[in-house]
Amino acid sequence: MNRYLRSLTGTEQVAALFIIVFGVLVLASAALFIVSLRERAADARSEARKLELLDDARLLRTTWTMAVIFWIGWALGERAATVLFGLVAFLALREFITLSPTHRGDHRSLILAFFVVLPIQFWLVGTEHFDLFTVFIPVYVFLAIPVVSALADDPHRFLERNAKLQWGIMVCVYGISHVPALLLLDFPGYRDKSAFLVFFLVFVVQTCMLVQHLAWRKLKRPPQAPHISQSFNWLSWLIGVVLASLLGGLLSAITPFKPGQAVAMALIACISGSLGHLVMKALKRDRGITNWGLQGQSVTGASGLLDRVDALCFAAPIFFHSVRWFFRL
Amino acid sequence: MLAKFMSLFLLGLVRLLTGAQARWHGCPPKAEQRIYFANHQSHADLVLIWAALPQELRSITRPIAAKDYWTTSPFRLWLTTKVFNAVYVDRNRSKDAAGVEQDPLEPLADALQSGDSIILFPEGTRGHTGEPQPFKSGLFSLALRFPQVVLIPAWINNVQRVMPKGEVIPVPVLCSVTFGAPMQVEPGEERRAFLDRARSAVVALRDV
Repeated sequence: MNRYLRSLTGTEQVAALFIIVFGVLVLASAALFIVSLRERAADARSEARKLELLDDARLLRTTWTMAVIFWIGWALGERAATVLFGLVAFLALREFITLSPTHRGDHRSLILAFFVVLPIQFWLVGTEHFDLFTVFIPVYVFLAIPVVSALADDPHRFLERNAKLQWGIMVCVYGISHVPALLLLDFPGYRDKSAFLVFFLVFVVQTCMLVQHLAWRKLKRPPQAPHISQSFNWLSWLIGVVLASLLGGLLSAITPFKPGQAVAMALIACISGSLGHLVMKALKRDRGITNWGLQGQSVTGASGLLDRVDALCFAAPIFFHSVRWFFRL
Repeated sequence: MLAKFMSLFLLGLVRLLTGAQARWHGCPPKAEQRIYFANHQSHADLVLIWAALPQELRSITRPIAAKDYWTTSPFRLWLTTKVFNAVYVDRNRSKDAAGVEQDPLEPLADALQSGDSIILFPEGTRGHTGEPQPFKSGLFSLALRFPQVVLIPAWINNVQRVMPKGEVIPVPVLCSVTFGAPMQVEPGEERRAFLDRARSAVVALRDV
């Protein structure tokens, strides 16, 4: 089996990987569907079980969404993947801005963010201007946006408004733009398999979140930061990070890393991703919502895309820079 | 052909920028003759409510456009007649050739007479405070003249952030249109009482 897999070209290996991933997802969905069909007595325990099932269904939907996005991105090639992630960044930023009320005076800055900064950032990724694209937003854009805001002549809560917009750009545009950048990293002899690197990142981060969530459900530990997240405590977080990193080690065959390096890279991705997820939760609590998407009372009609990618927004840039720095690419 | 292309383009653009989500709270989307009335904060209101309606309803629903703004350039005229199939209403009462004052509601009455639904902004002009201004009486007159037409209040959320008064480039912010429960003029109800009730029905949709 192993020999057979090694005899395939890089492209065929990636295709085989997607077939396996989608196969597992189909099985998981089918299992969940069958479980949900079972009749239950209407008592408190079955109510709790029902909520858990809904929870599982939500997690599974997230994973499906991610898998499909990455499959489309890979199938269409690197340039198309860059455009696709540009669109994801656009929609995520749209959600972020919708739920972070802006002022009349922010209008020009918003135009700058959506129609100038975002396209330039993804163009820099697509054309592999790596040195410029890592500093373009944190240096140039973060200095330019307050200038545009100041010219709008509205001092009211100036610092807060700028911070909001800059955070939106940092998470949604800067973070997400590092995912297609991984596809363009030039490991010697690894070029047509760089989709594996994205898969590796997404897979370990998602596993970490999943294990952490399941561990929290079993352990019932008191939350570390109850005002931010009910499900975050150090023990279940540690279990999630360790298990996902070990899994990363097992996946080292599909990456350009040696097993030890793969564990280290997975560790970096998991820590930054899961803590980033916590930060995004804090932002949501600040806005008084549980979800970037539509949750009954929210009037925005947001689709909740940001909930799906928030861990990735934090993990991708840190993973990207660690890899580049460590392997001197 | 060009109008069809333009309408598809606008639909795509509006969905990309705002999501243009319709939320049917008090009534289902149904092909009966209706007057939708909503708060008015931006030029994009008309486009947004038009894009939020399902395709079958869009073709039988005509938005109201202010004549003094939407007929001043050939492009605006083409857009409102060919793409939106709008009904023009004169905000400044004009006199016809014989010097008789025209009823500004007449074009709306004609549209309703021929069986179309209409989208009305009873404030008459765009507000910018978030709270709708008092409603003008056109809605009341039309409701009395066409008792069989269903009156649907609607709240347009967030659109003032997409394109505030005075700006020309829209920014992407998710918007929604909430449609409420049908209402009608009660027997013997005064004009002002009805208009205030209609206005509060619109405002009440803000929080659902």
